[in-house]
Amino acid sequence: MEELGNLINGFSVALTGPNLVFMLVGITLGVLIGVLPGLGGANGVAILLPLTFSMNPTSAIIMLSCIYWGALFGGAITSILFNIPGEPWSVATTFDGYPMAQQGRAAQALTAAFTSSFVGALFAVMLITFLAPLLAKFALKFGPAEFFAVQLLTFCSFVGMSKEPPAKTIAAMMLGFALAAVGMDTVTGQLRMTYGFPELLKGFDFLIAVIGLFGIGEILLTMEEGLAFKGKTAKINPKVVLQTWRELPRYWRTFLRSTAIGCWMGITPGGATPASFMGYGMARRMSRDPQSFGKGEIEGVVAPETAAHAAGTSALLPMLTLGIPGSPTAAVLLGGLLIWGLQPGPMLFIEQKEFVWGLIASMYLGNIVGLIVVLTTVPWWAAILRIPFSVIAPVIIVICAIGAYTVHSAIFDVVMMLVFGVVGYLFKKLRYPLAPMVLALVLGDMAEASFRQAMLLSQGSLSIFWSNGLVGGIVTLALTLLAWPLWTGLKSWLRAREAHYRLGGVR
Amino acid sequence: MTQEMEATHGDAAASVGSRWPEVAVAGSLLAIAVMVIVDSLRVGIGWADDGPMSGYFPFYIGLMLMASSGFILLSVFLGWKKVNPVFADREQLSGVFAMLIPMIVYVVAVTLIGIYLASAALIGYFMRRHGKFGWLSTAAVSVGVPVVFFLVFERWFLVPLPKGPIENMLGF
Repeated sequence: MEELGNLINGFSVALTGPNLVFMLVGITLGVLIGVLPGLGGANGVAILLPLTFSMNPTSAIIMLSCIYWGALFGGAITSILFNIPGEPWSVATTFDGYPMAQQGRAAQALTAAFTSSFVGALFAVMLITFLAPLLAKFALKFGPAEFFAVQLLTFCSFVGMSKEPPAKTIAAMMLGFALAAVGMDTVTGQLRMTYGFPELLKGFDFLIAVIGLFGIGEILLTMEEGLAFKGKTAKINPKVVLQTWRELPRYWRTFLRSTAIGCWMGITPGGATPASFMGYGMARRMSRDPQSFGKGEIEGVVAPETAAHAAGTSALLPMLTLGIPGSPTAAVLLGGLLIWGLQPGPMLFIEQKEFVWGLIASMYLGNIVGLIVVLTTVPWWAAILRIPFSVIAPVIIVICAIGAYTVHSAIFDVVMMLVFGVVGYLFKKLRYPLAPMVLALVLGDMAEASFRQAMLLSQGSLSIFWSNGLVGGIVTLALTLLAWPLWTGLKSWLRAREAHYRLGGVR
Repeated sequence: MTQEMEATHGDAAASVGSRWPEVAVAGSLLAIAVMVIVDSLRVGIGWADDGPMSGYFPFYIGLMLMASSGFILLSVFLGWKKVNPVFADREQLSGVFAMLIPMIVYVVAVTLIGIYLASAALIGYFMRRHGKFGWLSTAAVSVGVPVVFFLVFERWFLVPLPKGPIENMLGF
């Protein structure tokens, strides 16, 4: 029960006055970010990251992770009241949330959404509390080959599990790796791929990429949809909250199922968005009354919200223990750790005990604070969305530009942000996934370093990746995931050919 | 993206097919792959005395980028006549450009006259052009927002933002 002692220490770190204020500020900013289109968890944290450079790392991560929780909560508000998902992971919440609002049950839907987000997060934090130290202890034995294998697994599982075409997933990922390699090689000091441009010496900063890809790209996508926000109003009063809470325990099975899906998708880099869809799909399939889904079924709000929040939270588990983020937002937080001078990975649990456990304790507190904040301030957020888009859109662009500029105080970064914005728009439209690209951009240097160290150990022989059961198992699993789409593609091609011959070549 | 009027027969909403955008994106990726490979070859992809050279890892990244983008390009060409899913209809695209063009102007303006005046102009333009706001509210918001950012960043967090000749004249 060493973990409990550590956790209590963590609470003593997180429960100080300033940290509670940072928590409240973070949650409020996060909900705002979640409500506004174009600003999301990943780029919201990226924009605010430069402001924390001078802060104490523990307070900084508490504030930034609270922004993340706030964004997870906030996405539900726009989905239910306006039928506009403020975040990709709240798309599934619109399916039943908006019909409920249309029927005048917005308050119930919101209470259910917030409560299930809270429950999902709570389970995921408990998982982190007890699993993270074990995983970190286990990972202490890892050498460079093992680290590369885990990174390989992360990237291969994108190819195997993503809904986007595998070739496009690989292309997006490789673009991320290529951009990460630009600039000075950290090992030899040689300049790579700068082609004589001094601006490229530092390489491409993933924070700029995230602000452009997710912020500007999202604004451009929103412009396609036309800009009429027609929403329902909602006031939450304590009576409705209590009534909904009395109703919710009935869906304990949905809670458990969605939490399991969410935690799994968060730890493997599936992320919150596919988790929310899977949670919704499973709930409908398992339901006794699948017909009621999509028409305002409260279970259809519970399932995706629980899964999304569980995934969003558990994405921090691999980030803290292995230095591998499970979602784009976790990737940005990881970048923050590096900037504050902390090396993510198993050593963090030994060298930075106060930081790690302060963060974990703040996850409990932050989600409680978050639940209270969103339940009490919903009408307020709904009012923000009544501000016309012609005001919100330029302000968001200005915020993104300021965020991009403040990373390095370089105007060139503002230009790059715009370029990444256009890339983000095109990639979204043509179904290139953005998450693997961002993760490759963040992890590129680390993956390269561990690969080179592994190669050094083995004198350039790839056999080191099968030198023991652990690394061999991970690499084999990774390659299987990589080959999976190839296999299913081949199968459907063979079946099509067979059908073609059975019809005697008739077209 | 100028051609492609596939959906015109019968259908009133003209739309742009995704063939050309696909070719443009995959083609750019292919070009980037070539740049990565060429430069990796320049810095060396083999072994030096102290281990792998700088191009060792990026070279294979370049190869994989080349293979995947080449595959995408090939499958677009193979399905050229048959497959052309809608990229966006004209109305949607005009919405996107209504945002993109002011954004480009804004970024250029930021590099020239600093972020405060450019932001005020951007917000003012959108409020007048798309929001149909009166002059008074337009002025209030487009001046107020940059002032708030000035106070938050320069005064509170002590983070300087790009300023231009006019701010210099005013003594900031």
